[in-house]
Amino acid sequence: MSLTDLDKKIIKEIQTDISITPRPFLDIANKLNIPEEDILKKIEELIDNGYIRRFGATLRHRIAGINANAMSVWIVPEKEVNRVGEIIASFKEVTHCYERHTLPDWKYNLYAMIHSKTKDGCIEIARKISEKTGIKDFKLLFSTEEFKKTSMEYF
Amino acid sequence: MDRLDRDILNRIQSKFPIKSRPFKVLAEEFNISETEMIGRVNRLKNMAYIRRIGASFDSRNLGFTSTLCAARVPIEEVEDFVKVLYSYPGITHNYRRTHEYNIWFTFIAESKEQLKDYIDEISEKTGIKDILNLPARKVFKVIVEFET
Repeated sequence: MSLTDLDKKIIKEIQTDISITPRPFLDIANKLNIPEEDILKKIEELIDNGYIRRFGATLRHRIAGINANAMSVWIVPEKEVNRVGEIIASFKEVTHCYERHTLPDWKYNLYAMIHSKTKDGCIEIARKISEKTGIKDFKLLFSTEEFKKTSMEYF
Repeated sequence: MDRLDRDILNRIQSKFPIKSRPFKVLAEEFNISETEMIGRVNRLKNMAYIRRIGASFDSRNLGFTSTLCAARVPIEEVEDFVKVLYSYPGITHNYRRTHEYNIWFTFIAESKEQLKDYIDEISEKTGIKDILNLPARKVFKVIVEFET
């Protein structure tokens, strides 16, 4: 399935913020001049087809009580990437885990975002990951300033 | 924020009801009125616990590509560099981090070539040549929900 113009119009409406009112999807329907049922059906389709990964509230977790985050980067031998990646992903404090391309000046190939209440909490989790995976070569990069955090506006 | 607010936050991070009266559906799950549900969610939004309510997309399925970039920027040039980054809508996350590569950002665009062109353009505009382009090879985990 490729995206129709109507799909793109609907994406434009739901990629930002729906209204916190009794009939948020009716507001969108009225704006696009199509029936509310069609909007609901289209959004369900976008979810079923994997275009929408998640529909819901995005929290400001700094405010919601999870205050520290660290980007951990690991040097993992090629043949161990899958094993180690799965282990790291199993930690509940890890929200994102990716294998990424390396560069001559940058040998780190596995990345995991670690969230905790404190900086020390993040360090402790990284230590546990290292212990469980046997990977000793890693660094923790703490964010000291957030310049921008938004959601992508695709259309 | 009381216990009910926390439970509501945990509930609405995903599988928000795609229904004509979604807050009525949620209200019934919590045995409260639709009016109270809307009031509580509005308050959580106004208090900035909630950034937004809407859809998060799989950018790759939508035909976009993304990468993570790291730049080595002298401290006195950070402000100007970040200002240039801010002008690119595809740069959605941008942090200063504790490393010699001190400025990190995620970048979404329509193709790898476009990403490369944008990164070259940023180098040209800012004079910062040392920008690593680190696209993902494999995704092991992406979750964006938090227990509150």
